[in-house]
Amino acid sequence: MTTRPIERKNAIGLAAADYKGLPTTLCQGCGHNSIASQISTAAYELNLRPHEVIKMSGIGCSSKSPAYFLGMSHGINALHGRMPSIATGALVANHSLKALGVSGDGDTGSIGFGQFKHLIRRNVRMVYIVENNGVYGLTKGQFSVTADQDQRLKYAGVNPFPALDLCAEAIIAGCGFVARSFSGDPKQVRELLKAALNHRGTALLDIISPCVTFNNEESSTKSYPFGKDHEFPLQDISYVPKQEEIMIEDYQPGSVQEVTLHDGSIIHLRKLEAHYDPTNRLQALARLEKAQHEREFITGLIYFDGERPSLAEVSHLPETPLVQLPEEKLRPSPDALARVMTSFR
Amino acid sequence: MSVSAPESPLAVEEASARSADRPPVINDFSMVVATANGTGSQTANLTLLRAIFKMGIPVNGKNIFPSNIEGLPTWYHIRVSKDGYTARRHTSEVLVAFNEATVAQDIKDLPPGGVCIYPSDWRTPPGRADVITYAIPLNQFVRKTELKGKYRDYIANMVYVGAVAQLLGIDMEKIKEALSFHFKGRQKLVDQNYGVVEMAYEWTAANIVKTDPYRVAPMNETAGLMLIDGNEAAALGSVFGGVTVAAWYPITPSTSLIDYLGKYLHDLRRDPETGQQNYVIVQAEDELAAIGMVVGAGWAGARAMTSTSGPGLSLMAEFAGLAYYAEVPAVIWDVQRVGPATGLPTRTSQGDISFAYTLGHGDTKHILLLPGTVGECFDFGTTAFNLAEELQTPVFVMTDLDLGMNNWMTPPFHYPTEPIKRGKVLTAEQLNPHGFARYRDVDGDGIPYRTLPGTEHPLAAYFTRGSGHNELAQYSEKAADWYNNMARLARKFETARQLVPAPAIEEVKSAEVGIIAYGSTLPAIEEARDRLQAAGLPTSFLRLRALPINGEVRDFVERHDRIYVVEMNRDGQMRQILVSEMPDLATKLHSISYLDGLPLTARWVAEAIQKVEG
Repeated sequence: MTTRPIERKNAIGLAAADYKGLPTTLCQGCGHNSIASQISTAAYELNLRPHEVIKMSGIGCSSKSPAYFLGMSHGINALHGRMPSIATGALVANHSLKALGVSGDGDTGSIGFGQFKHLIRRNVRMVYIVENNGVYGLTKGQFSVTADQDQRLKYAGVNPFPALDLCAEAIIAGCGFVARSFSGDPKQVRELLKAALNHRGTALLDIISPCVTFNNEESSTKSYPFGKDHEFPLQDISYVPKQEEIMIEDYQPGSVQEVTLHDGSIIHLRKLEAHYDPTNRLQALARLEKAQHEREFITGLIYFDGERPSLAEVSHLPETPLVQLPEEKLRPSPDALARVMTSFR
Repeated sequence: MSVSAPESPLAVEEASARSADRPPVINDFSMVVATANGTGSQTANLTLLRAIFKMGIPVNGKNIFPSNIEGLPTWYHIRVSKDGYTARRHTSEVLVAFNEATVAQDIKDLPPGGVCIYPSDWRTPPGRADVITYAIPLNQFVRKTELKGKYRDYIANMVYVGAVAQLLGIDMEKIKEALSFHFKGRQKLVDQNYGVVEMAYEWTAANIVKTDPYRVAPMNETAGLMLIDGNEAAALGSVFGGVTVAAWYPITPSTSLIDYLGKYLHDLRRDPETGQQNYVIVQAEDELAAIGMVVGAGWAGARAMTSTSGPGLSLMAEFAGLAYYAEVPAVIWDVQRVGPATGLPTRTSQGDISFAYTLGHGDTKHILLLPGTVGECFDFGTTAFNLAEELQTPVFVMTDLDLGMNNWMTPPFHYPTEPIKRGKVLTAEQLNPHGFARYRDVDGDGIPYRTLPGTEHPLAAYFTRGSGHNELAQYSEKAADWYNNMARLARKFETARQLVPAPAIEEVKSAEVGIIAYGSTLPAIEEARDRLQAAGLPTSFLRLRALPINGEVRDFVERHDRIYVVEMNRDGQMRQILVSEMPDLATKLHSISYLDGLPLTARWVAEAIQKVEG
């Protein structure tokens, strides 16, 4: 007698495999693959309905990855740096969708920097993942804007320019959910993803995701060895869904912080840096500045503010998504036209 | 061929300026009002225009304005035509000279026997021996109003309204109605302005002896007609076409289209009780983002549009290509203006035709709609969305500044007869248990089926990409997949030929000569054909209303010996497209193209054709 393993299903009856995508075509060991895998797991654990999710990307290694998760969700691979505008349009057209955008440091910090900032400014409700490796992979090894100053790369030479900090840029633009993580820390990535998927507006996850082919020397802050040795999580993060009760543990007073998301779920933060408060905008910016200056690899929830309404909320949209409105809602009556036309006489 | 400048102002025979015996010229002349930009003269000019319209006289107004907020010269042309002609004329017989900075040239532009009305407060009165001048004491009236600052300027314009009304014989009741129209019935404003008009009217009656022949007299030619600009008509048409998402970036001369869209959506598509809006307008950070939002919304299933002009269209090139290849509906209104960068931002052109037709890199061919009237601007509001969704592709509506920003007479718009067509969209219920192939030509018309995000079916999803894909929307670099997909897209374009608006044809049996034109040149062509007919040259006329062309265009060309393709650009862009569509008929197609930023005139069109005809 053979025993078949019982396939585990989540609360809506889907298996983990239902959240997977196609096999990756990225390099073996690429951090992006680990992130894709965590997206699948987070979606499975959150019981997301695949048809209610859209996945979007720009151009580059990172932007290929939406093919490698959530195969039952619609996706669109847009233009280089232009995923934010696609997302903005899609999400005003149908505000009931949950959106995952995957971008890279070149796609976001260079060619798409304007759209990135404006997406955040409008607070389009989506998870914006930057798979940040400091280098252009598909074109074989040019510096990106997040590369370390004075870094040397085999083909590109020395980078004379300072790195842009995408978390700081997001905070300045008005982002209410700013996190940094490391593809080598799958649990943290997963918990942040789950929280971000329930944020009210744009949630930025700046995930250092090493390029094992072009930028993996230990001296680079975007390398796997550097990340492994230097990751300094500000908190130990757990996402607690709305329905679940929080297990009360014995914590030192002041060592735990909770932030409540728009849907009532909670991000439970066990502080590893005692005095860090991610709801303090100026402290967040100061901490990022210090980290950049001292080559510290801080990860965790850098900044949170759940108060600002999303673009869909300020657009006075009806509950029914625009794409589902019937013709009679979209085309005013003949009387209405006749009335308007009397004003042109 | 033939790019020739219009000849210098009218060579009329010598006319005696002060001949009281000149026969009256009734309802057949042009007037130009010269003012400075930002002085509020537009209100005064539109009041004159609408008052004449309300007298039943065919009229057209054209604003020749600078790219400037305040201070630079601006001219407003009003053509009064008992015959119903609405094209620009080379010459205006009546000049309202209220801009001292330009009067020296303005008065030179008058024909002999013309009229110049100017403020008597100027130190140097404008003079030309063969022109009749009337001086109006502007400051005297303004002082009486007790208004201050800017309001003085605004009200000053009403002085010339009163003087002109008296001199031309415009019905003062109609002036009052026009003011009421303009101020939307706000009585205090109407009264204030009318008071000044009346003062000037009475003063002119008492103090000026009219010696010129130009006057208006009531007709019954505008009953039932409306006076509206193309941008407003386009906006209204889009509302009735079911637009749900608009994204845009401000640019002259398309900005007012979105302004009107916002106004009518707010009035007609917002629930007054809940305040909920079944639409979204996003002012994007640039045109690149604007078209990105439109494509994103179209991908998600919305009726999405943007409105722009040439420079914005340039920024939209990459997304236009993506939408063509990924097969996403989008509607782009291009209110054309002259040149790149600033170019001539407040002047009209048909210079974006070639660019828009193939916008995008690689092999790309788009559908262009070519409205020629404000009525078509309204109609194409629905047509553009239906075509975009039925064909799953971007549709460009090519209008221009002249059509978009100037006021045109039009019969009332027809309520759309076409339903809102969503094209081949599969719902969860319609999905085959085995799923579907996003890019398969199931029906042989090149148009595949699509599903929208949010469709609850395990096989509904697909991954949209511009890059190589097979019929299942899977990434593919196989040569056959790329080739087959391109061949299907070409097939879809052939289908489009039969779906786009057919050309409007006026065939004259005896005519050897045919004219092909499109867009806002329509009134100039119609008038030119009358002139040519009178000169013994009958012509047939085919007005393109869309690209790609269909068989009717070929037949028309074949039926005539010589075809003149008339357009407002330097290189004869439409002729080039027609030649590439019908290379065997190329020698029949002659280009009559000209661009200087001003709308074409009938005289120029007629003379350019006569010159070639010999």
